[in-house]
Amino acid sequence: MAMVPQPLLILLFSLSLLSIVNSSPSQHLQIVDAERRIDLTSHIIKVYLTLKVENLGTSAASEVHLAFSPTEVEHLATLKAAATSGKRKKKTYVPLDVKSAEVPDGPNGTKLFSITLLTPLSKGGTTTLEVLYILTRSLEPFPVEISQSESQLVYFRDSAILLSPYHVKQQTTFIKTPSTRVESFTVVDPTKRAGTELKYGPYENHPPYSYSPVLVHFENNNPFAVVEELEREIEISHWGSIQVTERYSLVHAGAQHKGVFSRVDYQTRSGRSGVSSFKYLLAKLPPRVHSVYYRDGIGNISSSHLRTDSRKSELEIEPRYPLFGGWKATFVIGYGLPLQDFLFESPDGRRYLNFTFGCPLVETVVDKLIVKVVLPEGSKDPTAQIPFEVKQHLEIKYSYLDVVGRTVVVLEKRNVVPEHNTPFQVYYGFNPIFMLAEPLMLVSAFFLLFVASVAYLHIDLSIRK
Amino acid sequence: MAQDLKPSISSFSLPKTLKLKTKQQELLIRVATLALIYILAFITRLFSVLRYESMIHEFDPYFNYRTTLFLTRNGFAEFWNWFDSESWYPLGRIIGGTLYPGLMLTAAAIHSLLRFLRLFVHIREVCVLTAPFFASNTTLVAYFFAKEVWDSGAGIVAAALIAICPGYISRSVAGSYDNEGVAIFALLLTFYLFVKAVNTGSLAWALGSAFGYFYMVSAWGGYVFIINLVPLYVLVLLVTGRYSLRLYVAYNCMYVLGMLLAMQIRFVGFQHVQSGEHMAAMGVFFLLQVFFFLDWVRHLLSDTKLFQAFLKITVTTAVTVGAVALGLGMASGYISPWTGRFYSLLDPTYAKDHIPIIASVSEHQPTAWSSFMFDFHILLFLFPAGLYFCFKRLSDATIFLVMYGLTSMYFAGVMVRLILVATPAVCLISAIAVSATVKNLTRVVRAKSPAVQSGSTKGTSSAKGSSKGVIDNSQPFQRNGAIVLLLGAFYLLSRYAIHCTWVTSEAYSSPSIVLAARGAHGQRVIFDDYREAYFWLRQNTPPDAKVMSWWDYGYQITAMGNRTVIVDNNTWNNTHIATVGRAMSSYEDEAYEIMRSLDVDYVLVVFGGVTGYSSDDINKFLWMVRIGGGVFPVIKEPDYLVNGEYRVDKGAAPKMLNCLMYKLSYYRFGELTTEYGRPPGYDRARGVEIGNKDIKLEYLEEALTTQNWIVRIYKVKPPKNRW
Repeated sequence: MAMVPQPLLILLFSLSLLSIVNSSPSQHLQIVDAERRIDLTSHIIKVYLTLKVENLGTSAASEVHLAFSPTEVEHLATLKAAATSGKRKKKTYVPLDVKSAEVPDGPNGTKLFSITLLTPLSKGGTTTLEVLYILTRSLEPFPVEISQSESQLVYFRDSAILLSPYHVKQQTTFIKTPSTRVESFTVVDPTKRAGTELKYGPYENHPPYSYSPVLVHFENNNPFAVVEELEREIEISHWGSIQVTERYSLVHAGAQHKGVFSRVDYQTRSGRSGVSSFKYLLAKLPPRVHSVYYRDGIGNISSSHLRTDSRKSELEIEPRYPLFGGWKATFVIGYGLPLQDFLFESPDGRRYLNFTFGCPLVETVVDKLIVKVVLPEGSKDPTAQIPFEVKQHLEIKYSYLDVVGRTVVVLEKRNVVPEHNTPFQVYYGFNPIFMLAEPLMLVSAFFLLFVASVAYLHIDLSIRK
Repeated sequence: MAQDLKPSISSFSLPKTLKLKTKQQELLIRVATLALIYILAFITRLFSVLRYESMIHEFDPYFNYRTTLFLTRNGFAEFWNWFDSESWYPLGRIIGGTLYPGLMLTAAAIHSLLRFLRLFVHIREVCVLTAPFFASNTTLVAYFFAKEVWDSGAGIVAAALIAICPGYISRSVAGSYDNEGVAIFALLLTFYLFVKAVNTGSLAWALGSAFGYFYMVSAWGGYVFIINLVPLYVLVLLVTGRYSLRLYVAYNCMYVLGMLLAMQIRFVGFQHVQSGEHMAAMGVFFLLQVFFFLDWVRHLLSDTKLFQAFLKITVTTAVTVGAVALGLGMASGYISPWTGRFYSLLDPTYAKDHIPIIASVSEHQPTAWSSFMFDFHILLFLFPAGLYFCFKRLSDATIFLVMYGLTSMYFAGVMVRLILVATPAVCLISAIAVSATVKNLTRVVRAKSPAVQSGSTKGTSSAKGSSKGVIDNSQPFQRNGAIVLLLGAFYLLSRYAIHCTWVTSEAYSSPSIVLAARGAHGQRVIFDDYREAYFWLRQNTPPDAKVMSWWDYGYQITAMGNRTVIVDNNTWNNTHIATVGRAMSSYEDEAYEIMRSLDVDYVLVVFGGVTGYSSDDINKFLWMVRIGGGVFPVIKEPDYLVNGEYRVDKGAAPKMLNCLMYKLSYYRFGELTTEYGRPPGYDRARGVEIGNKDIKLEYLEEALTTQNWIVRIYKVKPPKNRW
């Protein structure tokens, strides 16, 4: 990114904005106070934004807009908003609906998202909104390649000033880094650094769409575990079990490993060698999980531990080799679950599966998640209910003793973070008589075999007598 | 099949009459026993699956698995025309033309059959279970074979013996997906059908044996044994005056059709008419025609004197023509001479002097007595007894069995791996011994009991009968002796069963890819280093990277690592292997030149110094030197030895301490303490402290060392810039 002096950049922004500012749908709103807390401790960036919005216009406003730069939109995994009410300790949060705004983009491709308020903000009224958004793959390793003994340094780019379609009266930004080692950071006065925290602001009176790029260069040795593609196959059997198969292709998305990998150093100097690499991953599985396996294309991987208790199961898996920057590993985790924990009957007689979306691995980003719900043979009219937007289509899969094939509901989502581990439902109609189809097939096949052998023993087919 | 027959029979006959006739009883027991043996043969081979996992074992099976995978994915035409650029870089390998496709086609056929039956199993499971499945089928063939040669009792015993015989299990446990797995079945089937054809003179059985032979040819190079044993057998029958039209029909049909069918296998091609190893069969074929012709002429000529004269002329002409044809064929090069492998069978010392690459393989070593005992156990003693019974009841079939037994026993003595070929014969002949003995003994036991009873009732009624008392006294002695002998026989057989199960579980069921050891507290420790390294290669190296390693690991690297290798277990090009051996035994800078010329990106060595794993590259190193030195005289074996002794410690030869293999194995090993109370750099596989602890690598860099250091991979650095 080319470094343009900041005042000039702000000027550019402001100039380009002037023309459209008036056409903006909600320019009569103003942000009185904005506080932003950016958490950089892992490779999943969490931003907590508290906005105090005031309506200066003449009519009541039902929507508040948030602005994101194009790169942020590209890496935006989730965006949630809540309205708060009450004071400090008795604070209550009411989740609000957030969607992509149906208004033209702001200047320089800025994308707008709109939050629908519970009650329209009356003229002169104020309200406080809590916004959480999560960015993935936004930490850029620098240096791009590191050797085994070095620790991993990354860049984080953002703006010191909140990008907003509204006038912001007062704002502060806090950036939390994982360790005290910060190589450099852009200073936009007033800027303060204390321990693991950087404070930008308070700044006052910035016009809409103001922008002031900052760059933070800091140490982050947390595992940059990214699953490039995860395919979860949830197969329902009405004979009492749900079989889940998860196919991972995992990559260490941090700084690329350069040169030698020395086992001596890795084994004897574990504190100083390969600090950015990781060896273990933790998968949180549902309770009462059974027949767990962990394998890959060439067989079983013997290094895993399963801990189960009544509330959760934890599977600690160890890839075949420690993962250094850029190294990949593909593997499959599979397990069985009791049917009654996840399959229910809705009042209208349809069945539904209630299962968790997202990736069971802790602190992991999934670039592309495909959830396949394999319904039993003979089920009809599947519909899926997911709390967020996903791509959907149907497939047919053939499994053991299938004649017509099983309907598969395929759900596809990009850029999935642990916050997406929420329940979803798949409804379908199923006649229990289909459960008997396969056993009956087996029974009749064996019966025919016996009849044939009896017939063979009692019929004389020879020509000569 | 067999296990389904049993319930059908019992359920059908029970309602009619609850009491079965003796014949039905016998049939029921026979079928039930066979079904149990069939199942036993399968499940006794599943130790490895239960103890480890469903995986392919050893080295060659990985190639078979890889080609089967290719076959199921791309279809037969693609498979047949497959040029594999991933092995033997830069030469490549024409897979379709250089392999026996029988095994892969069998597995693929089973796989597609299962899919057709809506059983969607992975091809790996099919491959893993192919060998046990065919072992089960072999027991059935053994039953029918022994029934044909002797009687159905011997058949049952033969099936039971072969089901658990360690000599066969060693090559047919689950996961041992190798040609031998199906080939032994095909071998025994061919022999059985041929004997049946000779016994009946039926074209149908001869045709069957031709197809059995075809299957054998498509599955394993050991078919050469059949094509030499059968003519030898025919010759023996001719010499002993047992020539008959049945033999004529059986051999001609089997040979002609079998030969034509075998030519369809690309790897075999025209060898049946061109190679020296197959000439015996052809010679016997022509000899049979001459015999038939003479028989016919004798039938026409009534004058014996005239016939004698004619016989002389014909025989001389035939022998001359045959000898001239053979001589011309040899001289013109049309008939190729015998191959080295064939020579090494006839002369066990041949390979040691001429072909180090054959001698370097452990399974090509001459067999030790202990391994005979290990693989055959009591069969070793029953075998001569069985031969005795065979000679006592000489027939066409028993002659065949005797010849099969004796020849294969000789080959088993020459090469360890050929114990496998001898196993069916040993089992069959031993089964005859067991069956005949037990039958005789039970006859003694049963025949005397009514006599004894009648004698005793008479004795009580008449109250004297002293003469009968004398007879009764001798008979119980004989009877008791028979009972004792019977018990002894059953004791021996039960020892055999225990021994077989123990051997299977302890010796023949480890996959050799995954190593297991006992930890300090008795728990099982798994060393999965091979797969760690191969999977790392697969995931983290460029797709076109070339890996250099000793040829043992070639198949595994291509199958599991999916990377190109320089040499692999198909040791067809000795020079290429010698080049790798030379690189491994040269100094680093010389080796670098060789590796550059072969476009090598990674070098893989296997090292057991940390874990005490003894079949590593350092222990194989002398073979690399020998094979390398066999082609490149620059490499001299004495340079690596000190007073004829192979050492790696301080007293080792300087060339040894600085050759590439030593450097790659022991790089930075000197910093590691492997065992408490030992100096750093203590090699646990050889029990010495290494001699060169300060190893610097100039042209290579460490890329990966696995968790237990068993596999070490090095990256070849690109050449330095000139400026």
